[in-house]
Order: sequence, then structure tokens, then C-alpha cells
Amino acid sequence: MTQMSYVEGLRDGIRIEMKKDSNIYMAGEDVGIFGGCFGQTAGLFQEFGGERIIDTPISETVIVGHAVGAAAAGLRPIVEIMFIDFIGVCMDEILNQAAKMRYMFGGKAKLPMVIRTTCGAGVGAAAQHSQSLEAFLTHIPGIKVVMPATPADAKGLMAAAIRDDNPVVYIEHKGLLGFKGEVPEGEYVVPLGKADIKREGTDVTIVAWSAMVHQALAAAEALAQEGISAEVIDPRTLAPFDKDSVLQSLEKTGKLVIVHEAVKTGGLGGEIAALVADEGFDLLDAPIKRVTAPDCPVPFSSYLEAHYLPSQDKIVKAVKEMF
Amino acid sequence: MEITKEKLLSFYETMLTIRYFEEKAVELFAAGQIPGFVHLYIGEEAVATGACANLTDKDYITSTHRGHGHLIAKGGKLDLMMAELFGKASGYCKGKGGSMHIADVNLGILGANGIVGAGQPIATGAAFACKYKKTDAVSVCFFGDGASNRGTFHESLNMASIFKLPAVYICENNMYGISNNQKNHMNINDISDRAAAYGMPGMTIDGNDVIAVYEAVKEAVKRARKGDGPSLIECKTWRHRGHFEGDPGVYKDPKEQETWVKKDPIIKLEEKLLEHKVVTKEEIAHLQEEAHGKIEAAVEFAKNSKDPSLDELLTDVYAG
Repeated sequence: MTQMSYVEGLRDGIRIEMKKDSNIYMAGEDVGIFGGCFGQTAGLFQEFGGERIIDTPISETVIVGHAVGAAAAGLRPIVEIMFIDFIGVCMDEILNQAAKMRYMFGGKAKLPMVIRTTCGAGVGAAAQHSQSLEAFLTHIPGIKVVMPATPADAKGLMAAAIRDDNPVVYIEHKGLLGFKGEVPEGEYVVPLGKADIKREGTDVTIVAWSAMVHQALAAAEALAQEGISAEVIDPRTLAPFDKDSVLQSLEKTGKLVIVHEAVKTGGLGGEIAALVADEGFDLLDAPIKRVTAPDCPVPFSSYLEAHYLPSQDKIVKAVKEMF
Repeated sequence: MEITKEKLLSFYETMLTIRYFEEKAVELFAAGQIPGFVHLYIGEEAVATGACANLTDKDYITSTHRGHGHLIAKGGKLDLMMAELFGKASGYCKGKGGSMHIADVNLGILGANGIVGAGQPIATGAAFACKYKKTDAVSVCFFGDGASNRGTFHESLNMASIFKLPAVYICENNMYGISNNQKNHMNINDISDRAAAYGMPGMTIDGNDVIAVYEAVKEAVKRARKGDGPSLIECKTWRHRGHFEGDPGVYKDPKEQETWVKKDPIIKLEEKLLEHKVVTKEEIAHLQEEAHGKIEAAVEFAKNSKDPSLDELLTDVYAG
């Protein structure tokens, strides 16, 4: 184990895989000499050269679209969409090409590609650079969606995403990039589709991912002071979603709070609530609660943005309403 | 003529096969035996035929919603294609893709595509892979005049140009984006003019002359294989039928239609072959009979095939 930041973790995951397989390359805006908008790719250009770490024009459509063709032709591209907010610009390439090609071709194509992107508010980046749009993606069969919360998961999930033979959207949270933690050295893989219990508890299950894991953990700590034992489950991969971990936890706790930074309506929290209502209704002894952003764009003002974001306090309040 | 007799005959056979495949598709569609949408290439066969005659199985193509011609010209198997049109389990895509999504990755066919202009980035990516892997393979992108107005066109040609990718962008200008005449959807006559904006060679040729297409694409492919980068070739052509089967084409001037039908690429080649005594009338009749036979066999194969089993609904969503 070694101390690493989240961004160092994800970069270590990329480096180790790139060293092993020359078919892996990275392309995107400013990923080369500049080192990535938030330093995610710093040093990779120097290590792997311009043939494998490739600066592209500001052309999100062909960044993702070319990856589809390159993957179908045998490479393993990692491409970057600088902010998930720009995903509308390349949505056809994700929705109708990457996600559909294997199925439409009767299983005769393989698309091992990773789309790295960043999400998240809290840095004053306003409405077009702060969103959490994972639910846009989990609604599309054919792609996988990953949202790590810790440096170790950032590394292990990156390795798994690169090794996977499907299109994987790997969503980094801007607010977590400098977050430090213990990370295993050398090769380390966190399997896709497997949740992690970030804190064990017996009275209430809190499902949270990405930056919200840390709010949920802080809330769990505060709740413990008041005698409520909260279990925090981080699905880590949103598609495929590890529903068994959630249902198993509910067998213990009987109460579910879902926390996400995305806006409420149409968010993945609604889907998880429906899934539990379908398959775990008998396990529940209280209505399911969701703690999410409100249904509005991300505001610029620091004061408004702080109120926009789900927080430890809002989670504590939601949990206490259940008791 | 510099082109060998074998090559000329293979052009003729390929064009006939495409034509008969589609004429049969019209018949089966009208009889309700083929579901969905059918977009026909009739009248444009010279483009795919002349272009793909320069390619091997290692080279890639991307096609369009009007894809039967590209697939046949690139070596797609008629029985598997026809079975796919029927939605049968034995089809290219196990019946899960249909006319607009036929692919054969082993032959370098990265798919017909239901989204106008979507093949351009994919072809660009395949060209990237060819260069990255240091092979001398190339990637040929077929698209129409309508697709040349998509943002994908701009982004793809720009990327291919700056990365010097081995790509050939072939615009099949049939003068209409569905019902919209070129005069109404762009302010230039020759789409190849746009090549200048990307610093790549651009040329406009007669897309109904298979030899002209073959020669032009030959040069572009040679340039791409040498590592000199992409080209844009505009082939002026005409679809004889509607945008899709069922479209009566009221937006077309009947006189113009008549003029173009007279320029039918198959008839043009046939006349040339006879004029230069490459073939006799009897040989032509024999080739036609043979092509019909291949199509009938493909239809027979498709009709005798089974529907996909229900468990196929949920397979192939993900690999592994």
C-alpha cells in the first residue's frame, strides 16, 4: 500500500495497463504535453510519447466516434471528454454507435474502449461544467458506467475498464481529484459490477457513489454519535449495478437512503428505489428516501452552489426522519 | 483500355449482382416478406463497385443506410445478407440488425449505419487503427451529399488530415438529401470543393462511370497506403428510386429522372464492353443469368432459415 491521490490512482491504473499492451492509446483534448485539464494525464506524454498520448482537435464527436472505429479495428482506445457536460456533443457516437454496434452486428464486433470524463459541482464551474449525468448513460444498454470514490477504486476500476471488451464510461469527480488514500501498489483490479461496503452498519443503508460517498461516510459518523448505525454502500459501477449488495444490506437494516449529486427527477436513485420496491419490498420497514440535487441547473454563486449540493447534514436529516 | 478484361467483367458482375439483389429486395418488400425500411442503391452501383475493386479484406469500409451495394462490392455474402433482410437467425447479424446494420468485421465491413453521417468518425477511427498498427491497410468511408453537411464530416476530415490517416472519403452525391435538392442544402455545386478546407486533395468525377471511379479511388488508395494522407472524392450519381421503398419521389423533376436513368451505370458499362468487344451479347446474357441464379439461391437460403430464438433478444448486448 502507498498513499496516492485519486488522480494519481487513476493515472497509475492507466500507466500499468499501457505498459502491458501497446494497443492501448489515449486521445483527447489537451491530454498530451498539457497533461490534462486537471492534470490527470501529467507525465504520460513524456512516458509513452505522442504516438500513444494524442492531442486531438476540439472535436468531441470524432474523439468518441474515431474510438468506435479504432476499437472495432482492434485497438483499445482511452478517450477523454473533458467535462461530462459536453457529452451531448458526442451522444450519437455513444448512444447509437458504441452502445449498439455489438448487438446490431449479432455479436460480431467487440468494442474495448474507455471514455474518461469528469463530473461534479462544488468548484464554481456553473451550469455547463458541473453536472452529474450518469443517468443519461445508465439508460443505454450496451455501455458500462463507472464512478470511483476513492484513490484505490480509481486505480482498480480504471484497470478493469481498460481490460473490459465493452465501451466503458469512466467518470472522475472533479472534487475528488486531490483526495488522498491508501492504494495497492502494482497491478490492481477492482471488478466492474461489484459494490463495496464503505462502512458497515445495522440500522440504515445509505447507497451513495462518487463524491457523495464521502458525504455519506461523514453522515454515518455523525449518526453514530446519536446511536444510529449506518451502512454505506458504494456501488462503484452503476451499469451493471450490483443490486444484490443493496438487497443484502437491507435484510439487516430495513431502511434505505439513496444519495446522488445528480438532480432528482430521472436520476438513478429512482431506478434503485424501484428495483428495491420490486425485489425487496418485504425487507423495507420505512419509505425509501432520496437525497439529491434539486431539479435545477448548477448555480454559479458559491452560496447557492453549497445549498444545491447534497451534504452530510441533508443525509443526516433524511435518516433521522426514518426513525 | 488499360484495365484487364477480367477486371472489367468483375465490375459488370458486381454491378449486376447489386442490381438484382435490390430488385429482388423491392419485390420481397412489396410482398411483405421483408420488414422494416429498405433504402435502395439502384443507379449508384458504379461507385461501390469501382471503389471496392481497389481494396482487400484487410481494408475497411463504412457504409450507410443505403448499404447493400457497398457490402456486396466489399465481398459480403449474398445469402447472409438476404437472410438478414428477412430478419432470420442465419443472417449476418442473427436477424438483430436488418438492412441498415449489416456488417462483416472480418471482411473489414464496419457496418451499414442508420444514422446519416455516423460512418465518417468510425471510418476515421479504422484509418487511425491502420496507421497505428503500421499496416498498409486503408479505410474507405461512403456517405451521401446529405451527410456532407453533418458536423461529423467536418470533424472527421479535419482529424484525418492533421493525423495524415490512410482514409478515402467517398461522397456519393445523388443530389438529394432525402427530398431536399442539393441546391437547397448547400451553396456550392461540387462537394469536393470542401477538401480545400482540410488541406487534402478533392476531386469530382462521374459516379456512373465505374472505370472513372476505379481509377480515381485507385490514386487515393495509393496515396493513403503510402502514408500521404486522406482524400475526398465526390461521385456525381443518381438514385433511380425513392429515398426508401414507398417514397414516390415527387420532389424529382421527371425529365431529370429520365436523363439520369439513361445514364444507368450498368448500361453504360455494357455498351462499353460490347463496343470494345470485351464480351459478346451471348456472354452478357450468360452473366445476367448467373447473377440472377446467385440471388435466387440467396433468397432460397433466407426463406429456409429460422427466426432467431427468443433468447437471442438478450445476448450480444455486452461482450464477455
